[in-house]
Amino acid sequence: MSGDLVNLLADLKEGEVMGLVKQRLDAGEEPIKILEDSRKGMEIVGQRFADGEYFLPELVYSGELLKQVTEMVKPHLTGSATRTKRLGKVVIGTVAGDIHDIGLNIVDFMLDVNGFEVYNLGVDVPVEAFVAKMKETGAPVLGLSGFLTPAFDAMKETVEALEKAGLRDKMKIMIGGGQMDDEVKKYARADAYGKDAMAAVSLAKQWIGAS
Amino acid sequence: MEKQWAELTPDEKREERFKRWLSPRGVTFSSPEAEKAYKERVTRLIRALKVQEPDRVPCILPASNFPAYYAGTDLRTVMYDYDELKRAWLKFLHEIGDQDTFFGPVMVPPGRALEAVDYKLYKWPGHGLAGNTTTYQCVEGEYMKADEYDDLIKDPSNFWLRIYLPRVFGAFEPLRNIPPFTTIEEIAIMSFVPYGLPDVQAAFEALLKAGRESLKWAAVVGEVSQEALELGFPGIMSGLAKAPFDTLGDTLRGTQGIMMDMFQRPAKLQEAMERITPLTIDSALSSIGPSSAPIIMMPLHKGADGFMSEKQYETFYWPTLKKVVMSLVNEGIVPILFAEGSYNRRLDIIKELPKASVAWYFDQTDMARAKEVLGGKACLIGNVPTSLIMTGTPQQVKEHCRKLIEVCGPGGGYVLAGGANIDEGNPDNLRAMMEAAKEYGVYK
Repeated sequence: MSGDLVNLLADLKEGEVMGLVKQRLDAGEEPIKILEDSRKGMEIVGQRFADGEYFLPELVYSGELLKQVTEMVKPHLTGSATRTKRLGKVVIGTVAGDIHDIGLNIVDFMLDVNGFEVYNLGVDVPVEAFVAKMKETGAPVLGLSGFLTPAFDAMKETVEALEKAGLRDKMKIMIGGGQMDDEVKKYARADAYGKDAMAAVSLAKQWIGAS
Repeated sequence: MEKQWAELTPDEKREERFKRWLSPRGVTFSSPEAEKAYKERVTRLIRALKVQEPDRVPCILPASNFPAYYAGTDLRTVMYDYDELKRAWLKFLHEIGDQDTFFGPVMVPPGRALEAVDYKLYKWPGHGLAGNTTTYQCVEGEYMKADEYDDLIKDPSNFWLRIYLPRVFGAFEPLRNIPPFTTIEEIAIMSFVPYGLPDVQAAFEALLKAGRESLKWAAVVGEVSQEALELGFPGIMSGLAKAPFDTLGDTLRGTQGIMMDMFQRPAKLQEAMERITPLTIDSALSSIGPSSAPIIMMPLHKGADGFMSEKQYETFYWPTLKKVVMSLVNEGIVPILFAEGSYNRRLDIIKELPKASVAWYFDQTDMARAKEVLGGKACLIGNVPTSLIMTGTPQQVKEHCRKLIEVCGPGGGYVLAGGANIDEGNPDNLRAMMEAAKEYGVYK
């Protein structure tokens, strides 16, 4: 039965997913197992997105289903939840002067389902906030997102601030979104440009040394 | 006897509109040379839009807020200081040199009007964004709740006035409490009472203030456009329209909301888009002036590659967009469909539109493939990368233009343009685009 939840979630069967979760909770099953199955289901969603079978609507919908499952399960959780082992830390955010986050959230989703510990700083992130977070987490990878042209300079300034803080050589920086490309990567002196969320995942894997 | 407008075929209507664009009423050209140049430029654009060979490839310079920065000021300033707005755009007009079309400052909104109504849908420099930001940006949100589809479908005007507008304009909050206008019937007994309430009066005061401010702004924008016309530079965009999916997805339900709706309430979503479609068409048609360019720009957002599958595009995005497009085409308008992001996976769907009816303005789409699929069928516009225009050298820009012209130019139906617009950068990169059009874009 546990396999059912994985596939029902991956297939985005809302009614059946919620029905099954309720049934399993009523049967007194350990809530943590339900959450583990949900994570496996989400991994399949991420895989289907990477394969071009799913698109943004499916990611959004699956995220909503996961939220509903978590809300149902939460009251039944006792003790501390065991954390699944994560591959490594990645800090991401949309640079200062830019308030777009659709792409940012896709990258967040894909890094997460691929096993990374993601610190998402949100939009219009000041240079100092990136520096502070990189210091605090010691994350080896930073992802800068931007949609519009003001992001060109904001990315450049963010990279420069990290250089100034003496952190630059401890990390790899990837950029992506809207009008970003290899030209902007050169301009901002980042390490790589990724054209989509799958590129972000493979860059992070490459840099963090997992495959 | 001349045929009445309604009796004309779409082609005849378009020819008539093109004729008016070529000989605009109310324009006294500054010189015979300016008039000649104007007619040459408009003819060049018309031939490209009709997928024919003009004398050479026309070029649209991708300079949205660029004139502000070129003139040493910034977006924040020109949103509030209309003298500076005018100075900047005229300086750009006079100094940038030859260009095939000129964009007036119509996309720079009057800051004080937005403040008067406490506009929440956008952030702009000094108002939610750092003062030196070069663009204004939309604040994504759920401005229409999932359970409000029926309100919108039943009576869009009432939904807009009393539910949507109070959410995006803080000053309109009291309008929630006025009755729908359709309740005003027969002798007005109670009808005006709500308008006597102090908070409702304050809402209307705010609206009046925004109106007064906008009028001042519009006069200045008009002066700039008029001067450009008199000097022989035609405008190319008379109005904007959106795909009904984007209307709902951008500023009503939000990206998150509309994508949930595709699964949870697809029938309501379809019904709402159908309801919005005729409103979009009417709004676009009413923005075309008697002798302005018969062109409606349609920025397309959430149907781009990656945002949805081909099947979802064909189910949710394309049908109502096509209705809007074809209604405009049938009125003799040329829609320029500006596909933001990339549209590589849409080419085989969008190719079904009638020959030479629309122009496709591509941002990051592969132009060689676009030419292969749409060449001879639709005018193609684009797409020098924005990053190159902002950070590259004039030589690099010119070289990129040469390659684009080689790919897209043959047979006509091509306009050289940027992928998106730039706000800052080297003005010589814009001049390099014009040079490239003249040097490599001549049809023999």
